[in-house]
Amino acid sequence: MTERDRKAGTDGGSAALLSVEGLTVGFRTAAGYADILHAVSFAVRPGTTTCVVGESGSGKSVSCQAVLGLLPANGRRTAGRILFEGRDLAAASEAELETIRGRGIGMVFQDPLGSLNPLHTVGTQLRETLRLHTALSEPQRQARALELLRLVGIPEPEQRLASYVHQFSGGMAQRVMIAMALACEPKLLIADEPTTALDVTIQAQILDLLNRLKAEFGMAILFVTHDLGVVAEMADDVVVMRHGRVVEAGPAARLLTAPQAPYTRELLAAMPRLDVAAPVYRKRAAS
Amino acid sequence: MSAAPEPLLRVSALRRHFGGGRSFLRTQRTIRAVEDVSLTLRIGETLGLVGESGCGKSTTGRMIVGLERPSGGEILFKGRDLTGLTPKDWQRQRRDIQMIFQNPQSALDPRLSIGRQIREPLDLHGIGERGGRDAEVLRLMQAVALAPEMADRFPHQISGGQAQRVVIARALAMKPSLIVCDEPVSALDVSVQATVTELLQELQERFDIAYLFISHDLRVVKKLSHRIAVMYLGQIVEEGPTDPVYRRPLHPYTMALLAAIPDLSASRATRPVRLAGDPPSPANPPAGCHFHTRCPYARPRCSAEMPALRPLGEGHSVRCHFAGELGVAS
Repeated sequence: MTERDRKAGTDGGSAALLSVEGLTVGFRTAAGYADILHAVSFAVRPGTTTCVVGESGSGKSVSCQAVLGLLPANGRRTAGRILFEGRDLAAASEAELETIRGRGIGMVFQDPLGSLNPLHTVGTQLRETLRLHTALSEPQRQARALELLRLVGIPEPEQRLASYVHQFSGGMAQRVMIAMALACEPKLLIADEPTTALDVTIQAQILDLLNRLKAEFGMAILFVTHDLGVVAEMADDVVVMRHGRVVEAGPAARLLTAPQAPYTRELLAAMPRLDVAAPVYRKRAAS
Repeated sequence: MSAAPEPLLRVSALRRHFGGGRSFLRTQRTIRAVEDVSLTLRIGETLGLVGESGCGKSTTGRMIVGLERPSGGEILFKGRDLTGLTPKDWQRQRRDIQMIFQNPQSALDPRLSIGRQIREPLDLHGIGERGGRDAEVLRLMQAVALAPEMADRFPHQISGGQAQRVVIARALAMKPSLIVCDEPVSALDVSVQATVTELLQELQERFDIAYLFISHDLRVVKKLSHRIAVMYLGQIVEEGPTDPVYRRPLHPYTMALLAAIPDLSASRATRPVRLAGDPPSPANPPAGCHFHTRCPYARPRCSAEMPALRPLGEGHSVRCHFAGELGVAS
């Protein structure tokens, strides 16, 4: 293991902004109790992007929910630590978590239209976030809300502040979500499949935006995706998950070109890619 | 070229408009979901139909299988125009043109076992001897690599990939010569996706089935399609043999679409130009070339005059005034 492998890998490393160690989460269902995450460990270094990649049911979203303290009511963390800036989030009170979720860690989910309130204007929702998490005055909040929309590249931001969510396209709504997540300049942004519901040209815009924000503010990103193509565009480090376990972790440059785990190799082999040759039509005898 | 045989499917100037009706106090806006789509498909050939949401690719597929009535144009299948068929004629025609949808679980009847599910179309269309149908069901299951014991399971007891195999087996039961596949693997995990696309290819080899493969994922389309057609706001903007189109796209939209795909191939040198903004609404398409509002190469002529789809190179057509002059020069 190289130095970088070790940091991205299981022991977290002292330089990590977020370090998840031996996280085990179980769910109680009608069929009984089952562990969904089994001693999951990974780390996010400051100012870098760590992609968590896996197929459905691999536990990648549950890992994020556990970090944020947002597990469903029937889910419970049974072991492990979640260190954010050296503090164990798993031991934090609900009030402390609320503060951290606003200021320290921002979040963006797959469905922006479902994550925003349809009854309030986008401006109201942005100002509400700022009111809860900052000491800004009302006029300052208004100015900051405008600045945020501009930052995420929404055209005509003055008018857009007074718009409702249904007046936005999916891509624009996701920009609003990102603006809200950025409201308090978090050190870490957790993005759970943020572009999965978007068209490919819009996805490219959002990925560019996230990379720009990362570079401008030195923000770290924990990016959950099922698409290895997205991983190739975004990741500094990669964590491959399957059935609630970390299969392999390491720097993207190494993991995507020289995967160690058989499952990572399978996943890479199954991924459709642009550099395969298309089939050529052969004339059929009958017509 | 006059010696070329009539293709399996020839769609000409197909249109589908929604709305436009007049109701109390107001006239509805017309949504031009499909506007002047022409395409051909040969026996055993796959045509990939790609584009972003709302471009009209699914509506085009639905018209070809008869789920949607065209507002204009012609669909010649084996030399016969389908647009004028009566519902009764359609029922017979339906055997020969099948459709597979994105979500296999919702395409299956939750109360029927897998075996019954596959047998149903045989019973409905009275195909084969009644006594031989169970054997036929097993043959079909074998063709899509489903274990025989799966026949007694119900849809909720099987995975998404297995469900899509059941749907494919059911489509195969009619021995179709054309299957319209509307995002058939988009809801599946990549490892399952790969096995389903390989199955589709293998079935094409064995039974000479033609596919109209509708998808937003240009990576999946490349692996399967002999030719591709790119749609934007109800029109085909570029069409041609797959490899040449991917290697040297001639329409600015195709260029942008290909450049936007996050991909594992290392060949991408520099950061490509991004398309700004969202696609315009099909209720209110821009005048002239529909793409000019987002096109990095747009010139005055583009907003004034709608370009025609014109041939440019072998089997390659483009709907752009300046195609061939753009691209590498940028």
